[in-house]
Amino acid sequence: MTIASSSPPSRLPLGSAEGGLTKSRTDRRGAGESRGDGRLAAVFIAPALLGFVVFLLWPTLRGIYLSFTRFNLLTPAEWVGFDNYVRMVHDPIFWNSLKVTVVYVIINIGVQTVAALAVAVLLQRLTQSAVLRGVVLTPYLMSNVVAGIVWLWILDTQLGIGNEIIAGLGFDRIPFLADETWAIPTIALINVWRHIGYTALLLFAGLQAIPNDMYEAAKVDGASEWRMFWRITMPLLRPVLAVVLIMTVIGSFQVFDTVAVTTRGGPADATNVLQYYIYGAAFGRFQFGYASAMSVALLVVLSAITFVQYRLTRAGQTDLG
Amino acid sequence: MRIRMRTVTALTGALALSLVSGCAQGGGAGSSANTVTYWLWDANQLPAYEACAKDFAQQNPGLKVKITQLGWDDYWTKLTASFIAGTEPDVFTDHIQKFGQFADLKVLEPLDDLGIDDANYQPGLGANWMGQDGHRYGAPKDWDTVALFYNRKMAKDAGLTAEQLNNLSWNPKDGGTFEKAIAHLTVDNKGRRGDEPGFDKNNVKVYGLATNGGGDGDGQTQWSTFTASAGWTYTDQKRWGTKYQYDSKTFQSVIKWYFGMANKGYMVPFTDYNSQSNQANTQVAAGKAASAFDGAWMISSYAGFKGMDMDTAVTPAGPTGKRATMMNGLADSITKNADNKAGAKKWVEYLASNECQKTVGSYGIVFPATPDGTKAAVAAYKKKGLDVSAFTEPVADKKDFTTFSYPITNYAADVYALMHPAMQDIFGNGKSVTGLDQTNSQINLILDQ
Repeated sequence: MTIASSSPPSRLPLGSAEGGLTKSRTDRRGAGESRGDGRLAAVFIAPALLGFVVFLLWPTLRGIYLSFTRFNLLTPAEWVGFDNYVRMVHDPIFWNSLKVTVVYVIINIGVQTVAALAVAVLLQRLTQSAVLRGVVLTPYLMSNVVAGIVWLWILDTQLGIGNEIIAGLGFDRIPFLADETWAIPTIALINVWRHIGYTALLLFAGLQAIPNDMYEAAKVDGASEWRMFWRITMPLLRPVLAVVLIMTVIGSFQVFDTVAVTTRGGPADATNVLQYYIYGAAFGRFQFGYASAMSVALLVVLSAITFVQYRLTRAGQTDLG
Repeated sequence: MRIRMRTVTALTGALALSLVSGCAQGGGAGSSANTVTYWLWDANQLPAYEACAKDFAQQNPGLKVKITQLGWDDYWTKLTASFIAGTEPDVFTDHIQKFGQFADLKVLEPLDDLGIDDANYQPGLGANWMGQDGHRYGAPKDWDTVALFYNRKMAKDAGLTAEQLNNLSWNPKDGGTFEKAIAHLTVDNKGRRGDEPGFDKNNVKVYGLATNGGGDGDGQTQWSTFTASAGWTYTDQKRWGTKYQYDSKTFQSVIKWYFGMANKGYMVPFTDYNSQSNQANTQVAAGKAASAFDGAWMISSYAGFKGMDMDTAVTPAGPTGKRATMMNGLADSITKNADNKAGAKKWVEYLASNECQKTVGSYGIVFPATPDGTKAAVAAYKKKGLDVSAFTEPVADKKDFTTFSYPITNYAADVYALMHPAMQDIFGNGKSVTGLDQTNSQINLILDQ
């Protein structure tokens, strides 16, 4: 580890990956020893497994099947082979939706992760106040729809208090949700506002796991807060950060409600994110076959991104000894 | 252990099933041989239909109507979901825009045996609810037209009289007296009017005309009055056409001129519009616009603006020499899987009767479909001090006016999905109207399949 230059070797998390592996090997052996626990475990797992099969596995398999059919929900599905996928590849609105969604995810996750990390580090290094931690979480207590409506009214070009303030300061009003360049960044930031507290709290929990003596040792060696952040906090937070990133990226790709209450995909198709387009195809146009094909495409994209993220960030391993 | 596990699983399963079936039952609760479930979306109309339901129950002992009112958006989402879940109401208020899709999905019950005679209703209202298969799927209920609502004080300040505003004409070249009036109603931050030298279109205090957005494929309260008075029609046939005509040069020139009023600063720009928070009526109520095209269903809303004196004028005459407005009519439909079909038919028959429509008319909130019902409504509006002739004249006077219906075709939802962004692109992003050629051929391709 690069931190070696500024602190004593004995406190370093060297060889921690190896340690992690040893530990998990012991766990596995422990579980195998007593077979009687297996049944009990099965009982505990059963409700979750039932839920998984009924609400996740079965709908997923059925969705994949439906993606090869023409289906309007009210009459029996009709097998059409790869027609829906061919249509998808040639559908400019699908590609636009994918592009819009990716832009949204980049802005949303980029800003949210940096800001949440900053909040988490400030919470850890500067304050012990539980009240403050609660305050940071407040926007998350609000439903997405309510948050969307509140911001819709604040940002209304003509009547919103936000634009009244902007106009009062002598600037031109900004059509936050009605202009094609502003709309996606605005929606992305509304969701950053709502999710930042939750993300920060997850990261904060990760920070708590870093032994304080590392910071003390670094301080003794005269390291600055900035240097400690890059040399201690970031490397040791990596697994938590990786899991948080994987979760938030998946959630971000599935953005729907904020769009549905603020712009409904407009202006033109500027905010017609993939989930919204899928919803419209299914419940607006009754094209459940085509909507299923696009959902399968989203599933593939998300699986690929998650796999790459998992590998790149070595999310399954820790550097903490 | 094994038995216990099975019990646990069985219990969990039973619980899950009871939850699911419990949900499924929820929507249709109350459906039985002596109850008819009925859905409508307009909260203003609820008291009128409750009165009808009361009379109906008196005339049909042992049969009562359970009315559910849901807001416009929730209404269609919930109705769609109810068809899928099998919890649909027996009878529901139907909209012509959705009729094509429901016909495609075959979820409506034919009403041929109700003996509905088109001649008993205002012209055109009955015929619209005949499907392509020759069966009737809706019983005429009410109708609405579009007129120009304007702020009386703002008009007076601009020196425009009611007579002048009722005699406007327009053309796609220079906008005619209509555009002049709208320009004159427009005032910038420094008090200069839209047609005065030095007018600053980027700092407008009050726009001459409010906007209801791009108008999707129908432009009901946006551009349809202009496209129709220029002689254009949505499709190649009056009903169940197979070709849309958004590629018409006439249509495109009117659209270009219409949205051009926003570029000139006379009409509220797209960026100020929001389908949820800032529609035309809000713009007028907030004093940001002097006038707005809106439908008869909004009469009470405009009349209720606090501290604002509102009036109405007929739509302007177009190149054809006629004034045009969409005349849209709602209907009551019975669902194919209605629990109480016999009761539903009785209720729809009553809803379509002169008796119930007169009752509804007497509340002065909507124009019922029968001429007597309409008369009752006009009288009730008059009692409230509201002159509604701008809405009724187009129906009564066929010499100066022309009325037209919503486009009725298959694949209405697909047409909407393509036209909604296309019109926003023109209005909001300044895209060329010629792009509608491509949208139109996409639409016609769908209709061809």
